[in-house]
Amino acid sequence: MDLQTITYLMVGASFALYIGIAIWARAGSTSEFYAAGGNIHPVTNGMATAADWMSAASFISMAGLIANMGYGGGLFLMGWTGGYVLLAMLLAPYLRKFGKFTVPQFIGDRFYSQGASTVAVICLLTASITYIIGQMTGVGVAFSRFLGVSSDTGIYMGMGIVFAYAVFGGMKGITYTQVAQYIVLILAYTVPAIFISLQLTGNAIPQLGLGSDISGTDMALLTKLDQVVTDLGFGQYTTTTAGSKLNMFVYTMSLMIGTAGLPHVIMRFFTVAKVSDARSSAGWALVFIALLYTTAPAVGAMAKLNLHGTVNSAVGLETAADGSMKVNPETVKARADVYATEASLVYEKRPDWMKRWEKTGLLKFEDKNGDGRIQYYNDKTKNADAKAKADAAGWKGNELTVNADIIVLANPEIALLPNWVIALVAAGGLAAALSTAAGLLMAISSAVSHDLVKGVFNPGISEKNELLAGKISMAVAIVIAGYLGLNPPGFAAGTVALAFGIAASSLFPAIMMGIFSKKMNKEGAMAGMLAGLFITLFYVFAHKGIFFIKGTDFVNLIGGPNAFFGITPEAFGAIGALVNFIVAFAVDKVTKEPPEHIQHMVEAVRIPRGAKAVDGAH
Amino acid sequence: MEDQGKAYWSATLGLLGKILAVWFVFSFGTGILFVEAMNGISLGGYPLGFWFAHQGAIYIFIALIFYYGKAMGDLDRKFDVHED
Repeated sequence: MDLQTITYLMVGASFALYIGIAIWARAGSTSEFYAAGGNIHPVTNGMATAADWMSAASFISMAGLIANMGYGGGLFLMGWTGGYVLLAMLLAPYLRKFGKFTVPQFIGDRFYSQGASTVAVICLLTASITYIIGQMTGVGVAFSRFLGVSSDTGIYMGMGIVFAYAVFGGMKGITYTQVAQYIVLILAYTVPAIFISLQLTGNAIPQLGLGSDISGTDMALLTKLDQVVTDLGFGQYTTTTAGSKLNMFVYTMSLMIGTAGLPHVIMRFFTVAKVSDARSSAGWALVFIALLYTTAPAVGAMAKLNLHGTVNSAVGLETAADGSMKVNPETVKARADVYATEASLVYEKRPDWMKRWEKTGLLKFEDKNGDGRIQYYNDKTKNADAKAKADAAGWKGNELTVNADIIVLANPEIALLPNWVIALVAAGGLAAALSTAAGLLMAISSAVSHDLVKGVFNPGISEKNELLAGKISMAVAIVIAGYLGLNPPGFAAGTVALAFGIAASSLFPAIMMGIFSKKMNKEGAMAGMLAGLFITLFYVFAHKGIFFIKGTDFVNLIGGPNAFFGITPEAFGAIGALVNFIVAFAVDKVTKEPPEHIQHMVEAVRIPRGAKAVDGAH
Repeated sequence: MEDQGKAYWSATLGLLGKILAVWFVFSFGTGILFVEAMNGISLGGYPLGFWFAHQGAIYIFIALIFYYGKAMGDLDRKFDVHED
């Protein structure tokens, strides 16, 4: 069977499974629609949370980012997992005890103010909608690259599938499809990783393979990789930081706080039966996330070595007669000259996978020195030795441009894995994008139907009508998400930073103070949220333009790029959170205490006893 | 009951403080602030600081959450505020 057919079968089978779950798990009450009935097992919820959390970016892009950044890429690994410790200890169990359907409802009730709840709804909608654009484009990308249909068709199909289980099943349908999607995506991610680790190190566990010696040698894989990339003028893989040390510190912190404050993740913990379940469920979620997150650095480093080995024979990887990659221990140990003429791959002899990916534009070759060979190196190097060698060899600049996404998408092809593995990766990428999109849609529609329709406009709405409102807002949200996926605003690439910045600077501090500071009043909380949000948006917009409109950036007004201690706008959320806390406590000091019953409410939230199923009463 | 509630909360905060200290040391500390010193030590083929940033911190996070769940369960029962 050819690749195309197998891919259709694999993706078709996964979609049939999701539809089957949709038919089985329809939501008949608001409790099922918003909280999946409220008695999801902690391990099940952990698995659903992992799929909810791991997006198209985690699946497709992260390993490539790490491959490019080296050690500095660890900020994504630590940032996007460390947030679960904060979520597990500071937010999830207490919000579960509070026992309401949505995050804005907690903020509104705790700070006894419709205004606070509305600010929270706005933050939630902005963060979730910007985040969902990336998922929809991810669906389009996966379809167009693997199934040969246009990206638009892919997005329509993705919308149709999500519609089937999210509109009719609500949180209940989403929970069980997310479990299925987790299984698909984790298999798709780990199977190629196991193969590539075996080929390079003989160790089947990628996490151990990354710390092992290259097959047949006593040279550690990371040592060899460091050697190859520094010889070619790149920064050393295991030590290159992402900007300054301070920037890396703040960036990691921002991702952690942002992760803990993302509403679509938090609300998954409203589906478990008990406070103690919310605690353990966060641990299970991280176990399932870690399976992918500890594999990603192995995939990144190994695929990077493989890529260099493909285009430069001095690395010591050879293409066997059947086309598969094989280690040549002698060359690996010898540290052969990567600048030797014969070492660079002749373009006409490039492997098939390169030809295939050239068609997509993700891989580009330009023969700058006209020698018919591919020279892939850092032509902007500050390493004088590497530069002199490149000049002496007659290299006229880097000739190969590689999009970071290829690291995961083409990995099975580079390692010459069977077609079913390539097809599995397609299904996995779609599962990652769809599961996160559904979680975000759930956060959006519940904020609209529960916090706005019921909370603000029509408090007397019957349960039946609220359920209907939920389903309608879900359907509308899908259409909007699809529209934004089809016509991505020019700023789409910068928006994930915005989502994390908003979650970190507004939602996380407000929720945390709501639990941990009994005396925090509505004036303090609202001033804090607005100040944190404002300063973060100000810094991001200064770099990227007001609402990301080109030409409206004002970075010179704040003293040039990264003016605040060299911190990049993506890393700024933690600073926004700090501002939020400081302003909140300052305003709280000069305004009057929250009413007695609110303080009692906080005391009740802090103890597990008396936890009941989540409900929608305002 | 009032005092019992206060004692439970301060025990909770103490536990959180301890766990957050470990959380900080093994991510921001060994993975970022002191990574050079850590890289002087090898763990198999891994420089140790690099390993913390790309692997170790994540394993420690998992252990911390499960430890937290267990320790909080013990506190809940000790102060008689556990769920039925």
